[in-house]
Amino acid sequence: MSRLTIEASTPLCLLQDAGRFGVRHLGVTQGGAADWCSMSWANWLLGNRLDVPVIEITLGGFAVIAEDDCLLALAGADLGAQIDGQPLAPWRSFRLGKGQKLLFTQPLLGARAYLAAPGGFEAPKVLGSSATVVREEFGGLDGLGLPLAKGAALSYRGESLCVREVPVDSRPDLKSNAPLDLVLGAQIGQFSGQSLFDVFNSAWTLDSRADRMGIRLLGKTLQYQGQPMISEGIPLGAVQVPPDGQPIVLLNDRQTIGGYPRLGALTPVALARLAQCLPGAQVRLRPVVQDVAHREQIKYLQRF
Amino acid sequence: MNPRIEVVALDCLMLRLFDEIAEANMPWMLAASERLRAAFGEQLIDLVPSYTTLMVHYDLTSLSPSQARELIAEALSDLSPNARTAGQCHVLPVWYDLSVGPELSLLAERSGLAVAEVIRRHSAREYQVFALGFAPGFAFMGLVEEILAAPRLSTPRKKVAAGSVGIAERQTAAYPVVSPGGWNLIGRTPAKLFDRNRDGYSLMQPGDTVRFEAVSRAEFVNLGGDDTPLEVQA
Repeated sequence: MSRLTIEASTPLCLLQDAGRFGVRHLGVTQGGAADWCSMSWANWLLGNRLDVPVIEITLGGFAVIAEDDCLLALAGADLGAQIDGQPLAPWRSFRLGKGQKLLFTQPLLGARAYLAAPGGFEAPKVLGSSATVVREEFGGLDGLGLPLAKGAALSYRGESLCVREVPVDSRPDLKSNAPLDLVLGAQIGQFSGQSLFDVFNSAWTLDSRADRMGIRLLGKTLQYQGQPMISEGIPLGAVQVPPDGQPIVLLNDRQTIGGYPRLGALTPVALARLAQCLPGAQVRLRPVVQDVAHREQIKYLQRF
Repeated sequence: MNPRIEVVALDCLMLRLFDEIAEANMPWMLAASERLRAAFGEQLIDLVPSYTTLMVHYDLTSLSPSQARELIAEALSDLSPNARTAGQCHVLPVWYDLSVGPELSLLAERSGLAVAEVIRRHSAREYQVFALGFAPGFAFMGLVEEILAAPRLSTPRKKVAAGSVGIAERQTAAYPVVSPGGWNLIGRTPAKLFDRNRDGYSLMQPGDTVRFEAVSRAEFVNLGGDDTPLEVQA
């Protein structure tokens, strides 16, 4: 077994995996890495299953010291990582010698970095997953939903020998300003014509009101003209429009059911990219139909 | 019933069975859930029931949207409500008291009934569990008598005690854990509504029925209830 000791952390540094499934009918949220692409690449670099527990570091402020010689992997945001002061770029596996310190300083590109270990970080499974959901008190190192804390020990049992990189053309482009694909949902026709034009033809600014439940987008006011809705299941990436007309994209820790009308849902790849955007960033939306989005997702998954 | 299948996400479809909330929906909803679980088997990631809908989240690597639609359509053929799928009946003890249920007086005032009569009426009905949501094990139940219906508080409480029983419009519910909440509180149950170590985790499941039984403070405490008044906890 190899160990790391956490020397610095924040409430936004969480143990995550692919999420909690099969229990949403009980009101239990999905949880899991907000940027599933980067989590998958971090695990891929070490030959892990793509869904084993990793550390999601949002915005920085996290540091670990190696208690043994370790081989780890880093993907996702560039949070100004350093090993004993030397810069470490993401999208690669790397060695961290016994006694060396890995530090995440501040966001240089993107918002969330994923740190993986051979075989995945050890953590108990609660309702089938180690994903940390603070609000529901599930997951994490002790199973009680706590963020990673200074002084805690991280451990893993797997082995991985080779250092490698994610091929450049496979890396998600965190600088991309391509529109985010939105699978059109059932209520799309009940927004005003002007609103439908505005959704796809104007820029949306990420509000500072953003967390793992949802990200609020600011822009033109959208107008829903349909009947009030009865609460129903909410998929990952759903874009709901509350009465103030400003859309909210729902993320991993969203509530399981809700009654606001929806434009549709972002595709998984679009959602992963949104999860890497900081407040103030501008995004655009592009409509896509379910079949096309499905084919593109299947193609994307072949990269791993 | 006029079933429709709607797109909600790349790998999710919404099966819409009804247009209104009604207790009579439940036998159909349960029968449909059972069929969908059988039809999708391992390809089902999650099935999220709500009052009138079932959201099917399936494995996109093994099913295309059109295949998933076909499975849903097949699962619905010859659907009939089925007594075998009826849920469990739970009796939840409740200590109805102003110290843990401050809106008892508000509901009495709105309805023109005495507080004792509000309690009697709330505990006289058998309620359906329509859906779970908001928090793990939080069951939306109904329907309460029209005379007891009341809108949510205009300013939700930051902290509602675990076990708190409340009313919002014609629905009633109990909070499984401490959380923010805007329901009109009328009492508190000592029942453990969600337990990660219990089979099935949640005491109540969609389709179950629930009756509330008024108990004294002493009984409530004996059953493990925490009788700390709401203001002290808040």
